[in-house]
Amino acid sequence: MRWGALVPLVFVALLIGLLAIGLSLDPREVPSPLIGKPAPDFVLPSLSAPETQISVSDLRGKVTLVNVWASWCVACREEHPLLMDLAGRNLLPIYGLNYKDERAEALAWLSRFGNPYTDSIYDAEGTAGLDWGVYGVPETFILDRHGRIRYKHIGAISASDLEHKLLPVIMELLGETG
Amino acid sequence: MHACLRTLLMLALLGAPAWADVAEFTVAEEARYQTLINQLRCLVCQNQTIAESNAPLAQDLRRQVQEKMRAGRSDDEIKDYLTERYGDFVLYDPPMKKTTWLLWLGPFILLAGALMIALLILRKSKKVDPEPEIKPVDISRILKDQDS
Repeated sequence: MRWGALVPLVFVALLIGLLAIGLSLDPREVPSPLIGKPAPDFVLPSLSAPETQISVSDLRGKVTLVNVWASWCVACREEHPLLMDLAGRNLLPIYGLNYKDERAEALAWLSRFGNPYTDSIYDAEGTAGLDWGVYGVPETFILDRHGRIRYKHIGAISASDLEHKLLPVIMELLGETG
Repeated sequence: MHACLRTLLMLALLGAPAWADVAEFTVAEEARYQTLINQLRCLVCQNQTIAESNAPLAQDLRRQVQEKMRAGRSDDEIKDYLTERYGDFVLYDPPMKKTTWLLWLGPFILLAGALMIALLILRKSKKVDPEPEIKPVDISRILKDQDS
């Protein structure tokens, strides 16, 4: 009888626990089904040199960061200093995927804020973006040496994201041999 | 009557901007297209289907669905194409598997819990002593006792 009275209490406590977890999660962060899979193929022109084609095989052989950005994307400006910081550390090549942008505006954006990218892939139609499951710019992918997607960050990178999420993954992948 | 129907149809069309995408589809194809895009979630406005949303991503995904339909792909192939990229979240009717069982069974588990509690409460209230019955005979006896 005494124990029976506790059952509703426990039930409500469990429910509150579940709701608390639910509230602390970010519904915009949808887990990507591409984690652990080879980065989807594309052949697209370079942003700075339209006659040069970049394909997914150019991203293989090294641990690589791919950052989806656009000049129309306000949140990209927010994370930009951190990408500049990361580029300054010379840990890995950073590729930009310039998503649904105008070439002239994208180039102007880079000369205004600085260019952290080894090169930017110019995806005017968003076709590579679609294959990579991009739905909210900015997005950041980390690829291992074999060109497999190992990590995906959705939304702007914060200083704490860089320190506690991205860098540990980068260090781990750089430490992987073979 | 016909005029009334026509007005209703036109109002229905106003509510479905996505219909404008597919002028060359046959009626059957269009019905299939509508069914498909109403089962797919827009990842930008997460509580809308790609049929309802006018976000650029929803437009892209609708275009993809049309292109795949024109290429003769089946509904399942089109859904697979999108789940490969965006995960089960893109489906409004996700399949039952390891990562989704809680989603499917959660409401039933909650219902079972609620029923259990209800049963406990009901059983407890039965255990309370029933109200003492007063028979008419008793009342008359009490009254008589008071009189005397």
